Amino acid sequence: MLKPTSPNSSGISRLSSPFLSGTNRVTLQMLQLLLALVPAVIGIVYFFGPSVLITMALAIVVALLAEALMLKLRNRPLKPFLTDGSAIVTAALLAIALPPLAPWWLVTTGILFAIIFAKHLYGGLGYNPFNPAMVAYVVLLISFPLEMTTWLPVTTLSEQPLNFESTFQMIFTGQVSSGIAIDSLSGATPLDAMKTQIGLLQNPADIMQQPLFGLFSGKGWEWINILFIIGGLYLLYRRVISWHIPTAMIVSLAIISGITWLVAPETTASPLFHLLSGGTMLGAFFIATDPITASTTVKGRLVFGAGVGLLTYIIRVWGGYPDGIAFAVILMNMLVPLIDYYTQPKVYGAK
Amino acid sequence: MTEKLASFPGGLVLDGQKRRSTQTPIRQTPLSKNLILPLQQHIGAASVAIVEVGDKVLKGQKIARAEGHVSVYLHAPSSGIITAIDEQPIPHPSGLSALCISLETDGEDCWIEHQGTDDFASLSEHDIRQRIREAGIVGLGGAGFPSFIKLNPSVHHHVDTLILNGVECEPYITCDDMLMRERAEGILDGIEIMHYALHVKNCVIAIEDNKAEAISAMELALSQRPELQNTKVVSIPTRYPAGSEKQLIQVITGKQVPTAGLPIDLGIVCHNVGTSYAIGRAIKHGEPLISRVVTVTGTDVAHAGNFETLFGTPMHELLAFCKTERQPDEPFILGGPMMGYNLSGDHLPVTKTANCILVGVENAAPDAKPMPCIRCGECATACPVGLLPQQLYWHARAKDLDKTEDYNLFDCIECGCCSYVCPSKIPLVHYFRFAKTEIMNQQQETLKADNARIRHDNRQHRQELEKKEKQERQRQRKAALAATKAAKEKEAAKQSNEADNVENN
Repeated sequence: MLKPTSPNSSGISRLSSPFLSGTNRVTLQMLQLLLALVPAVIGIVYFFGPSVLITMALAIVVALLAEALMLKLRNRPLKPFLTDGSAIVTAALLAIALPPLAPWWLVTTGILFAIIFAKHLYGGLGYNPFNPAMVAYVVLLISFPLEMTTWLPVTTLSEQPLNFESTFQMIFTGQVSSGIAIDSLSGATPLDAMKTQIGLLQNPADIMQQPLFGLFSGKGWEWINILFIIGGLYLLYRRVISWHIPTAMIVSLAIISGITWLVAPETTASPLFHLLSGGTMLGAFFIATDPITASTTVKGRLVFGAGVGLLTYIIRVWGGYPDGIAFAVILMNMLVPLIDYYTQPKVYGAK
Repeated sequence: MTEKLASFPGGLVLDGQKRRSTQTPIRQTPLSKNLILPLQQHIGAASVAIVEVGDKVLKGQKIARAEGHVSVYLHAPSSGIITAIDEQPIPHPSGLSALCISLETDGEDCWIEHQGTDDFASLSEHDIRQRIREAGIVGLGGAGFPSFIKLNPSVHHHVDTLILNGVECEPYITCDDMLMRERAEGILDGIEIMHYALHVKNCVIAIEDNKAEAISAMELALSQRPELQNTKVVSIPTRYPAGSEKQLIQVITGKQVPTAGLPIDLGIVCHNVGTSYAIGRAIKHGEPLISRVVTVTGTDVAHAGNFETLFGTPMHELLAFCKTERQPDEPFILGGPMMGYNLSGDHLPVTKTANCILVGVENAAPDAKPMPCIRCGECATACPVGLLPQQLYWHARAKDLDKTEDYNLFDCIECGCCSYVCPSKIPLVHYFRFAKTEIMNQQQETLKADNARIRHDNRQHRQELEKKEKQERQRQRKAALAATKAAKEKEAAKQSNEADNVENN
C-alpha cells in the first residue's frame, strides 16, 4: 500500500536523516551572482554606452527560449530549470564579455551555442564540463574575429555619445540613421593596442601616455575591473564563491607579469596593467569561479585558479588573441578531473 | 577550562532549539499498563529470555540473559506478569519486527531485593565490569554498545584519558543537558567507578558552551569531590557534530583516531554522561538499567520536556502525555533531526537507545525533487571528516561502488552536514547509506559465493575420495574373490588330484 508523499503537518517528509535543511538554494546563488554584476554593468554603461543592456536583454530572452526548447526536447521539467537562473547567468556573462554594439546575430549565435551545445548536449545544468559562456565566446572569437575584437574606444563615445535609440538601431541594423557604420566608431582594445605597439618596439611607458589608456590600464577598463572586484567581494561576503580561485588567479597573474616586468620593463606591461585590463576581474570572480566547471577541492581550486592566471598571461603576451581569459578557463576546465583526483583532502584518521 | 582546544574541519552552527525542552525539570512518565521489551536494545547479540509467559516478575528482575560476549542482560522495568514472548514491531529504521517480552504491569512497582555498595574499591575491576554487564548497561548516547566492554582495556592498551561526552550537539535533544543539571552527583559516581575500573590518569567532562547551566552544575558537584581532582569540566565550542566520538577526541586532544582503529588505540575511552549515571546507580545502588531520560520535543509538541521513562513504555503514551498535535500513525523522528530516523508505528516501545522523540521540526528538508549537483563544494567544506561528498554522490549515483570506496565512503559518519548545506537539496547521506548497504550486501554475496564454492569443491573432493575408496574396495573384493576362487580351484584341483591319486593307487 502506497503512502501519500505529500508533506505532513510535522514537515518530516524525507525518508532518512538529516531532516533539517539550510537556506542555501541554487537559484539564490544565481540571483546573488546577477546582483554582484550590477556595479560593473553600470560602469560599462557609463564608459561604453547602453549597448550592454540591450545585448543582455536579447541574450537573456534567447537563452531562456533555447533552454526551454532543449528541456522540452530532453523531456525535462521546465519550471525548476527555467527558474534556477543558470541560463540567465550564462546570458548575462556572455553579454558583458561581448564588445559594445555587437550585432544581434552575433549575440544570438553565441547564446544558442552556449545553451544548446555547451550546456544541454552535455546533460544540462551540473553536467557541462566547460563554462558555456566561455565556449560561446571562443566560438564567436574564432568564427567572427573582426566583430569580436573591435571595441568602442571610450574617447569616441565622449565625442559622439550614442543614445539608447541609436544603439538599438546599431545592434539590429548595423548602422544608425546618420549613416555611420560600426567600423568607423570602433578600434582595438587597450590590451590589443598594447600588444601591437610593443610588437612595434615601443616602450610600454610611452604607450600608456596615449589617449586610449588611463591611470593603470585602458581608460574605462580599469574602473570596470575595479567594479568587478567590488561585485566579487560581495560574492565572497555572501559565500557564493570561495576565495581560493580568484586569489590564486590574481596572484599567479601578478607574479608572472611581475617577474617579466622586472626582468624586461621596456617590452612588457606592468602587473597592474594586466590585473586591470580586459576580462581579468570578470574572469577571476565570475567566470573561473563557476562551480560546475571549476575544480571542486580546496587545493584543486588553488591549482585551477593559478593555472587560469598563468595561461591568461601566456595567451595575452605570446598568443594570437588579445585576451586569454576564455581560452585559459576552457583549458583549465579540461584539467579539472585530473586536478580533483590528485587534490583530495586528507580524510580523518588517515595516515 | 583555559587550556587550548583543537577543532575539527567543517561542521555546522545549527539553531539548537534546546530551550523548547529545558523549561521544566525531568518528569516521571506515568507507568504504562503494558511494557514491550525488545530482546535486542544494544549492539551485539540479542539477549535470551529466561522467563516464561505467565511468570510473575519484580521490578529490576532479570528477564533475559546476555548471549555471547557482546551482549547484556535485560530487566523487568516494573513488577507484573509476562504476557507474551513474541515478534513485535521495534523502533528500527527497517520497520521490522523482532522478539520482544511483553509485561503487563501490576501497578505495585515492587522492587526485587537489590543492594549497592559505596566501597566499590573492594571489588575487583572484573567484578565491576560483570556487575555493569548484569545491570544491562549500554551506551546511552545513541549507539547502545555494551558499556562493560569499553571498561576493559586489554593487556595491549592502557588508558590515559576518559572523556565523558556531555556535548549533545544535535539540535532539540536535551536529555543529557537536563541530566547534568539535575543529577551531576550521580554522574560523578559513575565517573569515580570508571576511574577505578580503567585506572585512567585524567578525565575530561566535555560539554558544549551552549549549556551554561549544565557546566556550572557539573563544576559545582565536582568541586565537592576532592577524590576526583584529576577530572575537569571542559566547555567546547558549540558546533555540530562536536559530540561525535571521533570529532570530540579531535577537539579535546587534537589527535585523530586512526582509520579502522578505536579510541583506545590513542589511550582514550569515551562514555556518555547518561551511561556514567547508569553505572553509578548500578554499582552504588544496585539498580539495573530499567529507565532513561527521553526528550520529547518538536514544533508539534505542546508540553515539550524530558521524561524519566521505563523501557518498554509505548511511545504513543509518552507523546499523549506531552500533548502533541500529532495524528495517529503520523511519522516522528527518533533521535535528533540530523541523524535520527523516521518512525511511524504508534505502539513502538521506548528502548535503551531512545534519547529523543521529535515531532515536527523547523526548516524541514523539502520533499521536492532535488536539482542537479552544481559541484559548488559546500558539502566538502561542511564535511567534518574531510570527504568529498560531491564526488561520492557522483559515483554512488552511477553505482560505481569501487570508486565510492576509493573516495573513502566508509569513513562517512552520516552526520548529515553535507545534505544540510546542499543548495540543490540532494539527500546526499541517503545515497551514501544506500552505497554502503550495497557494498556490504555484495561482500556478503561474495562471502556466500566463496563459501558455496568451497563447499562445492569439498564435496567434489569427498566424492572423488569416495569413488576412489569404492573402486579400491571393489578391487580388493575382486582380488579377494579371485583369490578365493583360485584357492577353491586349487583345492578342487588338489582334491581331484587326490582323487586321481586314490584312483591310481
